[in-house]
Amino acid sequence: MFDVSILFASLLNGITTGAVYALIALGLTLIYGVLHIINFAHGASLMVALYGVYFLKEHAGIDPYLAFPVVVPAMFALGYGLQRGIINRASHGKDENILLVTLGLSIILENLALLFFKSDTRTIETAYTLTTVTLGPAMIALPKLVAFVGALVVSALLVWMMRSTDLGTAIRAVAKEKQGACLMGIDVDHVYAMCFGLGLACLGAAACFLLPAYYVNPMVGSGFVLVAFTIVVLGGMGSFEGAFVGGLLIGVVESLGGLYLGESLGQVGIFVIFIAVLLFRPQGLFGARA
Amino acid sequence: MTSRRQFIEHSTVAASALAFPLIGGAQPKTVKIGVLHPVTGALAYSGQQCREGALMAIEDINKSGGIKSLGGAPIEALLADAQSTPQAGAAEIEKLNEAGVSAVVGAFASAICLATTQAAAKYNLPHVVDVGVADQIVERGLKNTFRFGPGYKKCAEIAVANLHVLNTAAGKPARSVMIIHEESLFGTGTANLLSRELPGYGYDVKEVIKHANPTRDFNNIVLRMKQINPDIVIPANYYNEYALLVRTMQQQKVTPKAIYSVLGGAASSYKFVKEFPDAANGIIDCNHWFNPKDKRSLELKKRVEAKGLFFSYELFMTYTSMRLLADAIDRAKSTDRAAIIDALSKSTFSDHIMPYGPTQFVNGQNMGAQPLMTQVVKGDIKVIIPRDYREVEPIFPLKA
Repeated sequence: MFDVSILFASLLNGITTGAVYALIALGLTLIYGVLHIINFAHGASLMVALYGVYFLKEHAGIDPYLAFPVVVPAMFALGYGLQRGIINRASHGKDENILLVTLGLSIILENLALLFFKSDTRTIETAYTLTTVTLGPAMIALPKLVAFVGALVVSALLVWMMRSTDLGTAIRAVAKEKQGACLMGIDVDHVYAMCFGLGLACLGAAACFLLPAYYVNPMVGSGFVLVAFTIVVLGGMGSFEGAFVGGLLIGVVESLGGLYLGESLGQVGIFVIFIAVLLFRPQGLFGARA
Repeated sequence: MTSRRQFIEHSTVAASALAFPLIGGAQPKTVKIGVLHPVTGALAYSGQQCREGALMAIEDINKSGGIKSLGGAPIEALLADAQSTPQAGAAEIEKLNEAGVSAVVGAFASAICLATTQAAAKYNLPHVVDVGVADQIVERGLKNTFRFGPGYKKCAEIAVANLHVLNTAAGKPARSVMIIHEESLFGTGTANLLSRELPGYGYDVKEVIKHANPTRDFNNIVLRMKQINPDIVIPANYYNEYALLVRTMQQQKVTPKAIYSVLGGAASSYKFVKEFPDAANGIIDCNHWFNPKDKRSLELKKRVEAKGLFFSYELFMTYTSMRLLADAIDRAKSTDRAAIIDALSKSTFSDHIMPYGPTQFVNGQNMGAQPLMTQVVKGDIKVIIPRDYREVEPIFPLKA
């Protein structure tokens, strides 16, 4: 049996890891949950953002947290451009085409990264990378704590945006009834692209929070993408609160599972919960019954 | 993923880049060699280092006159990508066979080597294993398979025996051990061997923890470590996970009496030492290592570093494996596969930078192959054991 202090530390570790999962899942929930675009390029996009943060730090000396105002708008622009310029055009409105286009994009992005940056795993050193904060009996890495707070703030902003702005209303309208929204004068293509842009902007934020304690290589995104899809479905498609709580839950389950069952088997917990939710609450934790 | 077109394209580029410039006379036929490594996927860093080693060896061989017994025929590399999976590795062997290679050098990871050597055996295609430490690779009676380096059994035995020597000399401060290993053939096999060997020397193996590739977070493992508080931590995993594990230990302020790696992915890596000098300091590793007293190894190291690369074990192991193969082809005086296999089995190749002595294959294993023990001291990697190759005195334990 584990010490209470060890359990507490593991719980804390799960919550803070979960917050970053949540941020990645929030981006996906905008794209997948609201617009029903299965974005296979989500992981690859996260990788692009991480490289962005890495190069800003290594070549311009910009701290990952200060890179926020550069990386987030840049990722937004990338998302907007990708959706309008490539995904929308190449998919001709068919879901199965979108699937293939985003899959293709992810392969292209990963291989471009391999070509230009090689497969080296890169990390950055900051003054606070190894700084720990003592919380009761546990020690938690400062970057993880910052990521947790950051993820909270970004999620709150997104919820506010969806509820209280014209864009949020337009996104909800398009999600509910595309044709109707179009008839009301909403530029559907623009809303789709905005959504995609915002989704990728979330990844930009996640990258800024992740890199001080993590690494980047061309394949780094794949580790997160399956977890993110799980969270979106677990939380309820298109629900921001759901994605956030789902993210934290998955983080904690993964952490405690890892502690009790070992790292390899620890992830089983995530999928056991996932299957249980699909069986007993298929609309997800926060999703409305269809 | 590497498509067939990419594969041919890469091969052509490599071939033209490495083509030996001939002055007059008929151009001797090239000797095609498959260079098969996981250059994409989870093991991409190691795979690319291996490939670089192979290409540098080919460059050197061709510059110094190619295969002399074949009229100076240059070696032509056909590059192949195992994509970090055994299946893709085996599929690449099929392509290389069709392309008419005389032999294959590869494929870094144990699990991949297991598949590629078997696939190559179907065509009696000679396969020199450059790293692949799992002993099953050379225990299946495959006539085409030759491993230049030591297997994990030998590495684990040497590591445990030397740990005992170090610990006894220091007054036996260490009694308990925790092993952390990656989940594929290499890590699991090494961990099994260690857990069997260590109790015989009086060590208590408190826990053996397996983790996936990639693992995103080592906090839980380090928390377990905190709870168990072992004297010695033994990691057996690949670069990324090794680096993350040691950094997490540093973060959680877990400082065992020694981090004692067996074939540790980053423990004797200049890249790791450069990037994380504090985390790397004092780490001991039992791993593939060059003879530090041989001037040629230091020259090769300089050349590699001039290219902006790290002189890692992957690189010099594949470099030397390729030279071993070229030596065998030269003695075979033929590109015929059976003749090369015969020449390899009788090889006494000694013109290399490894601390092995002349090659002697028994059932495909080079009997002279041995790992060296290194320790990170003041931002550099130095040999501590055996005495013949010692550069600095070992520091054990790290803390009293």
